[in-house]
Amino acid sequence: MPKQPLLQFTGKSIYCAVADVHIDPWIPVGRAIITHAHSDHARWGSRHYLAHKDSEPILRLRLGQDIDLQTVQYGEKFMINGVKFSLHPAGHIIGSAQVRVEYQGEVWVASGDYKLEDDHFAMPFEPVKCNVFITESTFGLPIYKWQPQQQVMSEIDDWWAQNRADGKASVLMGYSLGKMQRILKNIQLQDSVIYAHGAIYTVNERLREAGFELPELTLVTKETDRKLFRGALVLAPPSADGTTWIRKFAPYSVGYCSGWMALRGAKNRRAVDQGFVLSDHVDWPDLNRAVRETGAEKVYVTHGYTSIYARWLNENGIDAAEVNTMYGNEDENEEEETVQDASVGQDAYQEHKQELDRAVSADKDGTEP
Amino acid sequence: MKQFADLFMNLDRTNKTNAKVDLMKNYFLTASDDDKLWALTLFTGRRPSFKVNRTQVKEWAAGEAGIPMWLFQESYHSVGDLGETISLLLPRTSIGGSDKSLAEWFRYLGMLPGMTDEQKRDHIIQAWMQLSQHETFVFNKLLMGSFRIGVSQTLVVRALAEATETDSNVIAHRVMGQWDPLETTFEQLILDKGENDNASRPYPFFLAYPIEGDVADLGEASDWFAEWKWDGIRSQIIYRNKELFIWTRGEELSTEKFPELHFLGEVLPEGTVLDGEIVTYINGRPMPFNVLQTRIGRKNLSKKVLEEAPVAFLAYDMLESNGVDIRGLTQAQRRTQLEALHANVPAQSYFNLSPLIDFKDWQTLRDLHPQSREHIAEGFMIKRRVGTYQVGRKKGDWWKWKIDPLSVDAVLIYAQKGSGRRAELFTDYTFAVWGDDGKLVPFAKAYSGLTDAEIGQVDYFIKRNVLEKFGPVRTVKPELVFEIGFEGINESTRHKSGIAVRFPRILRWRKDKKAEEADSLGSLREILGNYK
Repeated sequence: MPKQPLLQFTGKSIYCAVADVHIDPWIPVGRAIITHAHSDHARWGSRHYLAHKDSEPILRLRLGQDIDLQTVQYGEKFMINGVKFSLHPAGHIIGSAQVRVEYQGEVWVASGDYKLEDDHFAMPFEPVKCNVFITESTFGLPIYKWQPQQQVMSEIDDWWAQNRADGKASVLMGYSLGKMQRILKNIQLQDSVIYAHGAIYTVNERLREAGFELPELTLVTKETDRKLFRGALVLAPPSADGTTWIRKFAPYSVGYCSGWMALRGAKNRRAVDQGFVLSDHVDWPDLNRAVRETGAEKVYVTHGYTSIYARWLNENGIDAAEVNTMYGNEDENEEEETVQDASVGQDAYQEHKQELDRAVSADKDGTEP
Repeated sequence: MKQFADLFMNLDRTNKTNAKVDLMKNYFLTASDDDKLWALTLFTGRRPSFKVNRTQVKEWAAGEAGIPMWLFQESYHSVGDLGETISLLLPRTSIGGSDKSLAEWFRYLGMLPGMTDEQKRDHIIQAWMQLSQHETFVFNKLLMGSFRIGVSQTLVVRALAEATETDSNVIAHRVMGQWDPLETTFEQLILDKGENDNASRPYPFFLAYPIEGDVADLGEASDWFAEWKWDGIRSQIIYRNKELFIWTRGEELSTEKFPELHFLGEVLPEGTVLDGEIVTYINGRPMPFNVLQTRIGRKNLSKKVLEEAPVAFLAYDMLESNGVDIRGLTQAQRRTQLEALHANVPAQSYFNLSPLIDFKDWQTLRDLHPQSREHIAEGFMIKRRVGTYQVGRKKGDWWKWKIDPLSVDAVLIYAQKGSGRRAELFTDYTFAVWGDDGKLVPFAKAYSGLTDAEIGQVDYFIKRNVLEKFGPVRTVKPELVFEIGFEGINESTRHKSGIAVRFPRILRWRKDKKAEEADSLGSLREILGNYK
């Protein structure tokens, strides 16, 4: 009987049969290892979760306070049914991890989403030697080549400064988890009050409570005096675009942070005033570098330009195949977080907080919640 | 070049009309005269051809980028614009960009036509290496066109008029017609008083607005003329300095395409400009547009073509008489002059007046309107008797009252990504109706008519319902139904459906209909039968 592969693409997860463990399952399973807390990778309903400890605050926020979650450190080895597992930094967002799986001398790495550049918040990507590498290909075309982070950040600084001089609010859009923390860690904050939409505010507060060093944000509410927005920086998720919520900042300029901003078409379609090409995924040169550095003899290409990148690898002497998964719809996550008015966001946050408090006190009492 | 590249990127980025005008105005106020002339050349669609082969340029770019041709093509499909694709793929050697001006780059490109392929290659790669990413993109546009950035001639004229503090109607006239940036200067073209105007120069066309609401809202019927709205080619015929010029509305000098009309050069008085429609005309009757279509675009007008699709000019306005611009006269006065002119020309079938429709009240017109197709017309033109001949599309004195388009409900079956603003989105669709064998038969391609929000929803559906891939084309699960409108219909041997429709467009998304409820080829044939 031919040996079955250590990890399999079952149509509902990346599955390790020997350990009976699912990596990033998109339906509820018994035991799940989660690479990171974006909702196309961390889905609701599994009985038992395992993730890096820095993923915990957001996983509990998004999947429920009472999920059964075990956390580990990067590099910490743990055995399940004789299979050796460990998590390694993926550099994508806070707590993001590559999953290393070793059994009978064979090593597989499922990398989830990743980038190589140090964003000064997530632990930087670490190349892991393996026999088989599972990679994303979100920006797997040679047209995608990112500028150094510092350059994009100073573009954002300049844009904000210009708007401040013009008496306009700077509404900066990007994913609430990952992109926004990266921005807060790398732009010049000017010691000023930074305003935020509920979706971003909630994530930021959760991370601050968990002890991460992030600036305090001010939630935009119905009551906030609109005059305060003049010259201010306002952080918003992409879903806020075109809503009534955004109009309260007038006069304002909209900046949008995404790797897709590299293309004129995408930029014009969004009709933003300024597109900042900033992505938490690898660009073409880094994708190729990452694959090379694993030394893998076989590569599986998931979400993105799968068939194109697999063909490229095959033509360059690396055995590769494309795999269909449900990953890569980060846009949709943000849809779920659509909050028409930030006050709603605040309610949701208060609710979560109360739940958290109840869970904590129930724990202390030693009774079932 | 940097200044022009910035202008280009900024124009491309905004869709606010006033912002576009301000950007151009600012450019016209600050750029050198040389550069202004070239910018104007581009904005009015006069980019010279440098005789480069796009396939070769692709190969050279792929070579520089170190990628195989298939990967270049995939990148191109994703970006949707060749110039932009190349600018993204090339290794970035120049960050700061080039000091050469727009005019200098045009001179540089002007050296291409005499070169061997190898010299061309070196010449172009040399340029790419000196330019920043945005500049490379704009340079590629200069090299290979197409220059669509949502700037209409009207906006260019407005910006230029504001920058030079000249009346916009005067500017509109000066940028019309035949001129070559190599043979004129910005001063001569725009700032001259126009005494020595080029004999071929046409007047800007006056364009009508569609009627909104009821025709009676226009007021007293007796204040208006009505004519059939002909389905032909809007044209201006000029006879000056003993030479005949025929301009079409697309500002193309098309004198050679209509030999039937050349006799006008012998019968029109010196200094005459007429406005009207060129239509195919057989036995004293205009023919549908698709008959005319058989000769448009042909390089050689064979005897057979001329016999099968002869044209005539249906004149409806007169803009210049004895060398004098009479656009300021009223419609009624101009009509009188036109009729007098026509009466003096020996009778023949190639030069006719577009007749005025006799109507006492609006009800007469309402009753007549449904008969438009029988008259091979698209409805009526309604013109105010005391109106002047204006520049461009202006509300008030000229109205078009069009018949409803023909339409069927069809199923979306193929999709392709758009380009420019719509790159990465599936926006080019092919629609099918049910054939006699119960299979879907493609019959029309259309890509306009949906809102951005609808495009987003359709794109979302397509990305999740792809059945097959053929290069850039995706076969999509046949599920979405759209009402497809079109202006004309004709038999066709080139189409699988046996039918060709003219100007197909999406009228609305029929979310209430299932694919099975879409129309059949039989419904199309029925429309064809009625239309003939």
